[in-house]
Amino acid sequence: MTGLFILIVYFALFFGAAAAVALIRRSMVSITDFRSLKTVTFGDESAVMPDRFASIISVVVVFLVWGAFTGSKLVPFHVPGPFLGTTAFVYEVEAPDGSQGSATVNIVVHEMGADIEEPAPGTSEGFAQGDSASVAAWRSVLISAQRNDGEGAKIVAVEGKPISPGGTVDVPDGSVTMTSKGSLNFTPDKGLQMEAIWMPPPEAVVARLIEISRNGYQNVGLLEHVGWSLWRVLAGFVLGSLIGIPLGYAMGLSGWARGWFDPIVEFMRPVPPLALIPLVIIWFGIGEQGKIVLLFLAALWVMIIAARAGVSGVNITKVHAAYSLGASKWQMLRHVIVPNSLPEIFTGARVAMGVCWGTVVAAELVAAEKGAGKMIVAASKFQSTDIVIMGIVIIGLIGFGIDILMRKAEEWLVPWKGKS
Amino acid sequence: MAFLSIENLSMRFDLPKGGHVQALQDVSLDIGKGELLSVLGPSGCGKSTLLNILAGFLAQTSGQVTLNGKPVNGPGPERGMVFQKGALFEWMTVRRNVEFGPRMKGVPETERNTVVENLLDTVGLHSFKDKAVYELSGGMQQRVALARCLANDPDVILMDEPLGALDALTREKMQGLVLNLWKKTGKTIILITHSVDEALLLGERLLVMAPRPGRIHREYRLPFAERAAGADLRSVKDDPAFGQTKAEILEMIWEMEEQIMSGAEA
Repeated sequence: MTGLFILIVYFALFFGAAAAVALIRRSMVSITDFRSLKTVTFGDESAVMPDRFASIISVVVVFLVWGAFTGSKLVPFHVPGPFLGTTAFVYEVEAPDGSQGSATVNIVVHEMGADIEEPAPGTSEGFAQGDSASVAAWRSVLISAQRNDGEGAKIVAVEGKPISPGGTVDVPDGSVTMTSKGSLNFTPDKGLQMEAIWMPPPEAVVARLIEISRNGYQNVGLLEHVGWSLWRVLAGFVLGSLIGIPLGYAMGLSGWARGWFDPIVEFMRPVPPLALIPLVIIWFGIGEQGKIVLLFLAALWVMIIAARAGVSGVNITKVHAAYSLGASKWQMLRHVIVPNSLPEIFTGARVAMGVCWGTVVAAELVAAEKGAGKMIVAASKFQSTDIVIMGIVIIGLIGFGIDILMRKAEEWLVPWKGKS
Repeated sequence: MAFLSIENLSMRFDLPKGGHVQALQDVSLDIGKGELLSVLGPSGCGKSTLLNILAGFLAQTSGQVTLNGKPVNGPGPERGMVFQKGALFEWMTVRRNVEFGPRMKGVPETERNTVVENLLDTVGLHSFKDKAVYELSGGMQQRVALARCLANDPDVILMDEPLGALDALTREKMQGLVLNLWKKTGKTIILITHSVDEALLLGERLLVMAPRPGRIHREYRLPFAERAAGADLRSVKDDPAFGQTKAEILEMIWEMEEQIMSGAEA
């Protein structure tokens, strides 16, 4: 229900922001570049450029929704939060002799961890006695209201509505459910906001980030956690490339090598690296060695296939031209095949880095002493959701950063990509 | 012994589904040093196969090709090749492309530089020497390809439809360039083309090949190349004799294609 509400709000913001930006743009001076003069835009992929306004608003909306649903102090508006304060409900009770009485239960709903005084018991009529209870927001409290009403007393109605074991009745600011033993379980209204142990507000995550980057988590600094993960990825990727690229070249240049390695590569390629974790742990243990072997395997097949595709992609006329110009086989490899395959190898390297980064986090979730994945799995065991979210954000940012770096390196090192 | 001699060359290969193709049958030809030979014919007549055998990219099934008395059986720097497109190395600048052959041979850099400078002057690309080849237009790229081939100082230049991918205006300019290079360097050039105009202009000697099996159908000795070198190409094309020969050859190729069509139907 809450999820559906969020979805509706989100799409309302999507279309609302689009309309608002379009309205603002209409009042601005329009630019007449080539693209804006195109009349056919729906279906012309080249006319579709990401609207950067939309990107900025999209990120802002994510934070607004996050803040609004977690009661963040950074966000000016919130969805209704949990009920806090005092409330009361009346119950009717029946003694074994059939006489009836009623009493009020006074309840204080307080913030989690707050130090409060139990409220005074409520008023009563007949033999029944008033009760009192206190409960933290988002929790529920068991009220054995019939206990002090004499032997064999049975609650028959709450707020004038009849109730039986298992039944639920709505009361002001909450609901009451009767247990099988005849006690009442009071649950205050939760509102739409999420509790911090499910989803902490953004400022809590930022506060955690500052705290952990100063003091570390479990005696290991944040940079050290992230550094270990990056080092494993780098080591695995470099080893995978060192073995994979020459193997790929061999498969691209010799029919025997291709026939020999084809079954192995084609079999191993679809096996997700995560499926190898158990075997790697059995063979190499849970130390550094095992993780680097795992990442090596994750990068290896990608790099083999990239190098092989790079060699296969050499235009035959380039090879013929080089031989006609007197190149030897070695010169052919060095001056034609290697540079011609570099764009493919870079594409493969980008994929391999992405796979490795995903695999290292997963491997650390399973077994590690240090690392980004280890940090979030340890935090999840203590229900430190803020650390988990902080870790996920950091992992995402680093993965994104790696991809941008690889793309820049590609632009710089293989400017001829896609130009033949 | 002729400079480049082709004796009883046959090329026959089996098809994967059975049957075979006789791409060339008993082709014999002697080519003199400095000759400009153009080869014309409908598709499937084996002209590309012939060129690939001369370049050494394909092995003939029988017969022999000898250049300067030495049999050809593999690619070599004494037989330069200019392709239709896609043969330049994108990861090298214009200069690096042109000096590729000498560099592979280990010619010292200073010497290479002189060769490159001279050739780029000849093909009119001097100011483009440090550009990436993918920044050049198609015509300019073919100029680089010509210069790269000449930098290696080959005995024979084989051209496989070198101007086929160019637009009509650029093509005419490039035809003039090829003629001038031929006159200037005195190289032996064998050129394959689909264009009758081009074959007439760029051939002292013109071979018309016929398909199924691939063979030489007719041979011409033509005055146009000699006349067109250094002169206006269009004035040569306006010559009535040019028009007559062109009509004759077109008729010939037309008939061959008709035969192919009827053969395919039968």
